[in-house]
Amino acid sequence: MEITEDTIKHVAVLSRLEFNEDEIGTVTEQMSSIINMADQLSEVDTDGVAETVQVVDRDTVFREDKPEHWQNRAELMKNVPEQANGFIKVPVIINKDEDE
Amino acid sequence: MNYLNEDIDSLNQKLAQGDLSAEKLAQDTVANIKKTDDKLNAWITVQDDAKPAADLDFAKNKLAGIPIAIKDNIITKGVKTTAASHILDNYIPVYDATVIERLKKAQATFVGKTNMDEFAMGSSTEHSYFGATHNPWNLDKVPGGSSGGSAVAVASGQVVAALGSDTGGSIRQPAAFNGIFGIKPTYGRVSRWGLIAFGSSLDEIGVMSKRAKSAAEVLNVIAGSDDHDSTLSTREVPDFTQFIGQDVKGLRVAVVKEYMAAVDGEMHDVIQKQIDALEDAGAIISEVSLPLTKYVVPDYYIIASSEASSNLQRYDGIRYGYRAEDTKNLLDVYVKSRSEGFGTEVKRRIMLGSFALSAGSYDRFFRQAAKVRTLICDEFDEIFANNDVIVGPTTTEPAFGIGSEISDPIKMYNNDILTISANLAGIPAASVPAGLVDGMPVGFQIMAKRFDEGSIFKTADFIERTNKFYEKTPAGMED
Repeated sequence: MEITEDTIKHVAVLSRLEFNEDEIGTVTEQMSSIINMADQLSEVDTDGVAETVQVVDRDTVFREDKPEHWQNRAELMKNVPEQANGFIKVPVIINKDEDE
Repeated sequence: MNYLNEDIDSLNQKLAQGDLSAEKLAQDTVANIKKTDDKLNAWITVQDDAKPAADLDFAKNKLAGIPIAIKDNIITKGVKTTAASHILDNYIPVYDATVIERLKKAQATFVGKTNMDEFAMGSSTEHSYFGATHNPWNLDKVPGGSSGGSAVAVASGQVVAALGSDTGGSIRQPAAFNGIFGIKPTYGRVSRWGLIAFGSSLDEIGVMSKRAKSAAEVLNVIAGSDDHDSTLSTREVPDFTQFIGQDVKGLRVAVVKEYMAAVDGEMHDVIQKQIDALEDAGAIISEVSLPLTKYVVPDYYIIASSEASSNLQRYDGIRYGYRAEDTKNLLDVYVKSRSEGFGTEVKRRIMLGSFALSAGSYDRFFRQAAKVRTLICDEFDEIFANNDVIVGPTTTEPAFGIGSEISDPIKMYNNDILTISANLAGIPAASVPAGLVDGMPVGFQIMAKRFDEGSIFKTADFIERTNKFYEKTPAGMED
């Protein structure tokens, strides 16, 4: 299976990651060999086989929907990198120049 | 104070009789970690202010006043928890994982957090933002991973027991490389609440210690149902120490042809010797085959990476963790924080997972892997219909040199070939020391049916009593 730089760039966008021009060649090469290793699985005959996505011995578990006091606001805000007036601060969502 | 000749029973006895004070034990443990860790780097955080719980009840709580090491992907309230990643290197949790809550209730002492591969992704503890951990048997060798710090802390006598996590062998492989016992319980036996998620259908918290019985004592405390994790089984948890000291006569032991073929020379002989010992003691040995073994590495890497790519979406630089500077918009915060915050191996896994789940690849990769997983589970069910345990080597080789495999991801991934299947099938599995090959420890792996950790403890304890490996001291720890 051929993996191109374009495929890797597309997957990077999906992953919210970026690789600079120096890295992209190595990343493509490594990802290509890993993906081809993974592709060995297509040799296995799985016609009519059901998928296993979990190995739990319970079915859907229900619980009562009851509110409880767990943490207070100050505790929850402790790890926020940037905050102002008790709110989480983030940069503008739309670029300024796109706005004009 | 070091723990090379101690187990939980011996410590509990000394504490109960007043031969040892829990305060002093906490202080001495921290002092010894500080003295020895320069060359090992087994710890990310050491708690200078470590002290025992109040009103210790040594009769009721076997772990009372005994320091237990915690892998740094298990959330500890008020104590920095990083998963060995730059993206969490300033993260101080505001709650405790269920396993920590239970250890606190059992009055264990906490002394710090151990080093690991970033987000538990790796087999050598070289992929840590805080530097590689060194193997106490030979400081130039890796300790295995990802629970390398926990394994080294136990093997070097810094602590008597440690918690680790195992997604594809991360407890068993480092246990094997360091000459200690390590168990990954059945999926659904121990709560994952507060375990930093990697592959949610595979992740399991387990215990590492020199002696199997010590691990049984810790597992007794941490196992059992939890409202915070609905994948947990509600079945009763037995007292795991009851399986220690039992006879293996009549135990049905399956030896996997493909696993034995993966080792040769002295390594093969050392493993065979354990099987012979079981046979001499009256166990019934039969050879079995797991033909899909050659596909478990690709199967695991697709499933684990897909789950990881989804789990690690949460690291976006907004609510906690590292946030990149000089960003121009929200998307930029996500992309730059993640690209600067994650290490190379974590990025590789996220990329592989996103690829396997993406439109156009989903059927050929993720769906196919999920189907092959069914076939792998079926192979195990068939063997366990007529056998109590499956045994063989834990790894294909003893510990390799630091730096020798880090640039070859596929070679590194193949380290997990003998351990991965237990995670895919959700069965319990452990590694117990078998002997030394070229001065380095090798492990004997024992797998059992879902929720039959008992047969594992029984077999491991027999092996331990027979080969007495626990009497050996790591060569790198002799001054």
